[in-house]
Amino acid sequence: MLRFLFTRLSLIIPTFFGMTLLAFFLIRLVPGDPIETLAGERGIDAARHAQLLTEYGLDKPVLVQYGIYIAKVLHGDLGKSIITQAPVLSEFSSLFPATIELALCAILFALIIGIPAGIIAAVKRNSILDHGVMGVSLTGYSMPIFWWGLLLILLFSVQLDLTPVSGRIAVQYFIEPVTGFLLIDTLLANDTGAFWSAAAHLVLPMVVLGTNPLAVIARMTRSAMLEVLGEDYIRTARAKGLSGFRIVAVHALRNALIPVITVVGLQVGVLFTGAILTETIFSWPGVGKWLIEAISRRDYPVLQGGMLLLGAVVMAVNLLVDVAYGIINPRIRHQK
Amino acid sequence: MSSATMEPSTAAAAPLHPLKDFWRYFSASRGAVLGLAIVVTVLLLAAFAPVIAPHNPDLTDNSVFLVPPAWQAGGSSAHLLGTDAIGRDILSRLIHGARLSLMIGIAVVALSVVAGTVLGLLAGYFRGMFEIAVMRLMDIVLTLPSLLLAIVIVAILGPGLMNAMLAVAIVVLPHYVRITRAAVISETSRDYVTAARMGGAGHWRIMFSEVLPNCTAPLIVQASLGISTAILDAAALGFLGLGAQPPSPEWGTMLADAREFVLRAWWVVTFPGLAILITVLAFNLLGDGLRDALDPKLKR
Repeated sequence: MLRFLFTRLSLIIPTFFGMTLLAFFLIRLVPGDPIETLAGERGIDAARHAQLLTEYGLDKPVLVQYGIYIAKVLHGDLGKSIITQAPVLSEFSSLFPATIELALCAILFALIIGIPAGIIAAVKRNSILDHGVMGVSLTGYSMPIFWWGLLLILLFSVQLDLTPVSGRIAVQYFIEPVTGFLLIDTLLANDTGAFWSAAAHLVLPMVVLGTNPLAVIARMTRSAMLEVLGEDYIRTARAKGLSGFRIVAVHALRNALIPVITVVGLQVGVLFTGAILTETIFSWPGVGKWLIEAISRRDYPVLQGGMLLLGAVVMAVNLLVDVAYGIINPRIRHQK
Repeated sequence: MSSATMEPSTAAAAPLHPLKDFWRYFSASRGAVLGLAIVVTVLLLAAFAPVIAPHNPDLTDNSVFLVPPAWQAGGSSAHLLGTDAIGRDILSRLIHGARLSLMIGIAVVALSVVAGTVLGLLAGYFRGMFEIAVMRLMDIVLTLPSLLLAIVIVAILGPGLMNAMLAVAIVVLPHYVRITRAAVISETSRDYVTAARMGGAGHWRIMFSEVLPNCTAPLIVQASLGISTAILDAAALGFLGLGAQPPSPEWGTMLADAREFVLRAWWVVTFPGLAILITVLAFNLLGDGLRDALDPKLKR
């Protein structure tokens, strides 16, 4: 097991350095002089320009600049936002819980609906139910989620007046962040009104962000289930006279879930992509909205740092999924 | 007499023409045929857009702004799907937008297929350091959330349709590199490659005229599914204001323009998204059908 872990880790470290290279050089590709970009339309005089050039280390050779950048990154220094002057890392860590809360709820929503839907489709193979589930899930997979969000707002917020249009909680509530997850923080503060407000704000973004993973999970569960249901041990279980429910829920599902778990892990990248759009539509104060705003303000340090941090999170989750997979499935662990 | 009885059996054993065989499997799936029909319809709409569209897509008309669709009270048959905030006919804009979306899908896929195939072919054929370098780079691109990387690339190059297409092409490139490399590695150990090598064929000849034609099936499937991803990603960039710029009738850009009218005019928001959904769905159905028809593992 340790050996398996080490091989995985040794693969991740070069990927991480590659990512820092990419983040570093992509930003260098921005056309124009970085100091003049910083100064904006006001312009800047030559003396101050030279001073800032030294201050930011931009007068050194590119490779030296990269070395300095790496050293800083490894010390957790990702630079400062040009606009707010706050360190990128602290801005990220204050906004990230909002994104995590949204993403976790979305994936839970996707699992709770997707797995049963996939199982039903597999068990009732080629029935109307199966075609229905597969049709809906292909539609969900093809859904432009930025439009889906607008439609849901149109229906539930505008027509039916059931949910708020945007934000994370109604303005009258102020909750001291403890965990950063509003659903938990409001309960800790024992404020049920705030909790329901937070939950009502969460529903639509959760559905929008969960739609794509839901479709993938339903499809994956169905095909994994179909494969497992054809195995000999299922026939044995059936021959023993076990109930259909027990065969599906206990014998088949346990083995069918292995590929589904992998797919869920791989959805993390997809979730962050979706979070950028979902947060923009619902004005959800997370890292996705923060990054989009950074672009319109040309706040390159935020863009660079945010990209690196999100990439690192995806890498860490992928590693966890790999390890979890190794624990569940001994065949992977003992592979030479 | 015996020859007469022999004849039908040999005829039945003769393999179908590959295209006929392919069509037999493809048409077995109703979804795939439906997808193909929609794709052909969208292609025709795009090709004959100026003839079919009832109005000029960029023509603004102050007298008819935010007119609802024809079947709603206040709608007019002159504007079937209504008009937007500055009086442009939505149906005409959608029909012209089909040109952009198809162009985006096809151009992005063409770009990434060509670049991805060449990189994958070289990596899978020569192996060694080049392979490691290419595959590591592709891993990095795959690790980053795709839209985020595309956004960063566009932010750097500047917003616009061309840059958005380039960004999406870069983001989807790893899929083609991986598929080609995997197919090439399994093909190069086959006897026919050894035979070609014995026959004195050079590296280029082996790569492009021996190995590559045998790797095309997974590439075709990925490409047809890739068109839908490309259309979706480019529309998302357009929606964020980073893709095609107004007044372009690109569907994502139209949605971005329509956002502020979500409370007042549902039709401005609904139809462009519906167009994206139907087109993307059609390409996905087509891709699924192609996969089932071309994948020998699923056949028979």
